[in-house]
Amino acid sequence: MFQSGPIFTRTLDHAGLWSGVISRGKTLRLTDLQGGANVGVLLYNADLTVERYNMPDTLKGQHTYQLTHPHCLHSDMGRLLASITADTAGWHDTACGCSDAAQVAAKYGKKSYQSGHNEFHRNGRECFLIELAKWGLGKRDLVPNLNLFSKVTADEAGVLTFVPGNSPAGAYVDLRLEMNTLVVLNTCQHPLDPDPVYHPRPVKLEVFPAQPVALTDTCINSRPENLRAAENTAAYHALRD
Amino acid sequence: MATFILTESPLVAADAVYRQVVNAGDHWSHLIKAGQTLRILDLEGNQAADTLFYDAHDTNNRYSASDTIRHQGALYLTTGTKLISTEGDVLLTIVADTCGRHDTLGGACSRESNTMRYAHEKESMHACRDSFIRGAQECGCGHDFGKRDITCNINFFMNVPVTPEGGLTFADGVSAPGRYVELRAERDVLALISNCPQLNNPCNGWNPTPVEVLIWD
Ligand SMILES: [Zn+2]
Repeated sequence: MFQSGPIFTRTLDHAGLWSGVISRGKTLRLTDLQGGANVGVLLYNADLTVERYNMPDTLKGQHTYQLTHPHCLHSDMGRLLASITADTAGWHDTACGCSDAAQVAAKYGKKSYQSGHNEFHRNGRECFLIELAKWGLGKRDLVPNLNLFSKVTADEAGVLTFVPGNSPAGAYVDLRLEMNTLVVLNTCQHPLDPDPVYHPRPVKLEVFPAQPVALTDTCINSRPENLRAAENTAAYHALRD
Repeated sequence: MATFILTESPLVAADAVYRQVVNAGDHWSHLIKAGQTLRILDLEGNQAADTLFYDAHDTNNRYSASDTIRHQGALYLTTGTKLISTEGDVLLTIVADTCGRHDTLGGACSRESNTMRYAHEKESMHACRDSFIRGAQECGCGHDFGKRDITCNINFFMNVPVTPEGGLTFADGVSAPGRYVELRAERDVLALISNCPQLNNPCNGWNPTPVEVLIWD
């Protein structure tokens, strides 16, 4: 589907963390190399980071609790940050947040750098805060994140169940950036993953130039809400470009 | 249809140390001291009280929808739910609830999201996130307390059911005139309410109405 190879490739091992600005018109592909990965993701408008990913607007704008193709990822300003243009895992969580230090210590025990070297135990919240700080952001910018590759269902009473095996080895998800976007991510395990062993799975990042967005685009045309958000995004760019 | 557990409160309105009606579309903020109890009363039924909480001594430590959901392993809020902050602290506990279910997935309406959800020409309509911004500017937390501090909130009295297949719907309200929710503050907290003016969906029956807030020592 891409006309050329990736312009950027990186593999995140252990509890890897990464952040970078990806301009609109490019696609970030994340591949779960071994199966069972989780990628915590936060997204911000790179040109004005006070605009950020909004979990409620994303869910209620598309009448969904789970994310997959052809859903879009909405900002808190009625615009699109990204579209999920391909997905072979089928269900991504955005309600359950990320792990924190107390939870990781209680679940897996403490393992410091002194004793574990680069396999020491990290947690999602601290990984987000470390990368956010590099862009002048901090605790005030922590909002509910995406958990790519992780499936968590809710029963009629709202009780949550983590579903193991959602993402097989080789599963990938493509995020086409609709704005210049600061992408902040880490590969810490999902906070509700019942696996008692601490082993974040490796994830490959690749960035490709995307095709221009067609009028028939399946993500933007999947719901009238997405089309109106895309029109808002186009209006924003018309003023800036 | 899930069965809701309803829990009445022994507190009597005449003993409250503070009472204030918050009209539809207004914002309200107040300090709730540790040990005090806050009641939000749905006066006319099916109103949505969009609410944010902050640690009064460190507003960087604030209500977190995802930490609250994860901590209790469930999506909906009712009696017994602990409201968890971004630092993992318990801000308040729901101690009584005659409605039985409250939402924290649906977020607050905004003028910008109204254009996405309903129509571009809804942009002029009053919405919660503008009320939250005004409330943040007026609450005495410092002049740069504003949009960055408006995170995912609680919608008291609102029902946003999720299906096992991953669908999400906006259901008619499960509240009624006189229903209330009561929260005990576990530390000094700042409460910020936007009494929702939304006219485009059934969350408040297409007719925004007042709520009353009461506080007991
Ligand atoms: Zn509202």
